[in-house]
Amino acid sequence: MSRRNGFSLVRWWSIVRKEFLQLRRDRVTFAMIVGIPILQMALFGYAINTDPKHLDTAVISADNSDITRSFISAMKNSDYFKFVGQLPDEAAGRDALNRGKVLFVVTIPAGFTRQLLRHERPALLIEADGSDPIAGASALAAVNGIAQSVIQKELTGPLAPLAGSPAAFDVEIHRLFNPEGITQYNVVPGLMGVILTLTMVMMTGLAMTRERERGTMENLLTMPSTPIEVMTGKLIPYIGIGLIQSTIILLAARFVFHVPFFGNIGAVYLVALLFVAANLTVGITFSSLAGNQLQAVQLTVFYFLPNILLSGFMFPFQGMPKWAQALGNLLPLTYFNRLIRGIMLKGNGWADSWPSAWPLMVFTLVVMTVAVKTYRRTLD
Amino acid sequence: MSASANPDFAIDVKDLNKHFGDKHVVNNVSMRVRKGEIFGFLGPNGSGKTTTIRMMCGLLKPDSGSGTCLGYDIRRDSADIKRNVGYMTQRFSFWDDLTIRENLDFVARMYQVPGRRDVVQKSLEDLGLVGRAGQLAGELSGGWKQRMALAACMLHNPMLLLLDEPTAGVDPKARCDFWDELQGLAARGVSVLVSTHYMDEAVRCHKLAYIAYGKLLAQGSAAEVVASQHLSSWAIIGEKLVQLQETLRQQPGVEQTVSFGTVLHVSGTDADLLQRTVAATVAHQGVRAQKIDTGLEDVFIYMMSRSADNFGDRP
Ligand SMILES: Nc1ncnc2c1ncn2[C@@H]1O[C@H](COP(=O)(O)OP(=O)(O)O)[C@@H](O)[C@H]1O
Ligand SMILES: [Mg+2]
Repeated sequence: MSRRNGFSLVRWWSIVRKEFLQLRRDRVTFAMIVGIPILQMALFGYAINTDPKHLDTAVISADNSDITRSFISAMKNSDYFKFVGQLPDEAAGRDALNRGKVLFVVTIPAGFTRQLLRHERPALLIEADGSDPIAGASALAAVNGIAQSVIQKELTGPLAPLAGSPAAFDVEIHRLFNPEGITQYNVVPGLMGVILTLTMVMMTGLAMTRERERGTMENLLTMPSTPIEVMTGKLIPYIGIGLIQSTIILLAARFVFHVPFFGNIGAVYLVALLFVAANLTVGITFSSLAGNQLQAVQLTVFYFLPNILLSGFMFPFQGMPKWAQALGNLLPLTYFNRLIRGIMLKGNGWADSWPSAWPLMVFTLVVMTVAVKTYRRTLD
Repeated sequence: MSASANPDFAIDVKDLNKHFGDKHVVNNVSMRVRKGEIFGFLGPNGSGKTTTIRMMCGLLKPDSGSGTCLGYDIRRDSADIKRNVGYMTQRFSFWDDLTIRENLDFVARMYQVPGRRDVVQKSLEDLGLVGRAGQLAGELSGGWKQRMALAACMLHNPMLLLLDEPTAGVDPKARCDFWDELQGLAARGVSVLVSTHYMDEAVRCHKLAYIAYGKLLAQGSAAEVVASQHLSSWAIIGEKLVQLQETLRQQPGVEQTVSFGTVLHVSGTDADLLQRTVAATVAHQGVRAQKIDTGLEDVFIYMMSRSADNFGDRP
């Protein structure tokens, strides 16, 4: 006669309703939902919007002609670059970059002008310290315009035919220390993952401990509910919250930071949903592991740090040591960063996204199983 | 249904034990509550009542021991027990940030009560809370919280109620109404296990159990519990009872003196010795002494102080 206690949609829905009702009256949480993304975006956005000028630049000049001098002075005039001196060779240039003495080294190869005049389309090389992508990004973005204006100005008269397209010379940019070229644009979608991680894990981390601390857990345990009903029921409202936060960030990305958007908005929300689900399972697991709300917050911070450091948000993933990459590969944020950057900035479709999407799904399933296993059915 | 379950008993547990750390909180407790019975569970604070009740309804796992609630095994069938038992926690455990109606509605949904809306409405009417149904539960006064909690744990018409100090902090009139209602429920066949500190409530129970320091010291009807301690008692009525109490305490045969204001109860297990002592004392002090039936309260106080001497951690 002892019936198995199966999943009941009615009970599950009643828990969902209860969570919504409580959330609606919880001003602090509500303020957190809207406040955290705005605050974080404002902080990081400030860093993004700074448009540094007069960055230290060195020249290795193996060719000295009107045209190359004109190019250098055009760079100076752009206000982005400040020339700090000549360097004898490539080795010296590397050394200066490595020591952080300069942010850029402009190399004018031997025979540049001669090749130019022979229509051989020579290339100028600019090596950039990419470890501070925000600092260098706008300067580098300006280089092409500078090259164009030099061409317009110098290649006149008999040289005019050179000015036509294709361009008379190339500017090759090598980003050192940051081969993936993480630019300011990458920061905003990356920030979406960071904000979602923090708020989702923190808020659900408190969900169960709050019941325990207020004594209502005893009541909940007295009722005929299964762990999966309680846990998933409690998570539902936070999915909505995660999507609201995503929307706030996307709107800011579009209208405040003017991040280009190449992908499909539906795909963005889909991966956001996957990512939110992954984080919620982490939060609810912490929630049943932690004895009180303070411990839940500590666990969240403990989880948050490796996410920031090892997911490719802060440092280029490929540049990390192997062990760090291995750890990073266990974190949902790593996959979300790749997904969201790929979709937003490169217009990636389903086929490109799948390799980073399925690990999120596996993660969610595994951690949800752990969560249900750690759920305490008794007060012991 | 468990093979060993006796259909006459709503609760039938045997040799329950529970430790918290190295503290033996419940020590070999066996208890039987018949169907339709109001069973009073008494004992000083910290004696293990709440822990025992929690083990009965599957909220705590006993370290050892076994038993059934409504025929369901307390270890195996806690899901069935939860569906069929109404448990009112000692500490208010409803959601302060939900309204009264929302709390009741949530409970009704969780138990999948048929005709939920009407049941909740009816419950609010019975409570006299229709006008305040939209008020947050956290804003209610202590007495109203108790009443709401009781109403909530009865929404699904359980056949067994486990009530952990349901009337603590409730005014006398409300307590009286509450007990009338319990009596009505019992008459309809609902079994009730209720822990309490109030003597006037103890006497309204069909059966009683007294627990101290985790051990069940007596169990049965009020008369049986009283008889089990073999106490004889005298009431002494008169002036200056405080001094008299001091003197009597030292006398042979006097094991307990309890002052009820103008009356002093003196009890002991050796009836003859006690009678001689009382007679001698009364003669000298000019007070009136009268043999009485030992009361429940005398017996409870006697059991409590004796168990403190036997197992209590004295300083
Ligand atoms: N979860 C727990 N952890 C540790 N000790 C507990 C716990 N619950 C109760 N106790 C201890 O067990 C003893 C019995 O408590 P309890 O069952 O609440 O007694 P009562 O309900 O009779 O007042 C008390 O000393 C109490 O401090
Ligand atoms: Mg108690």
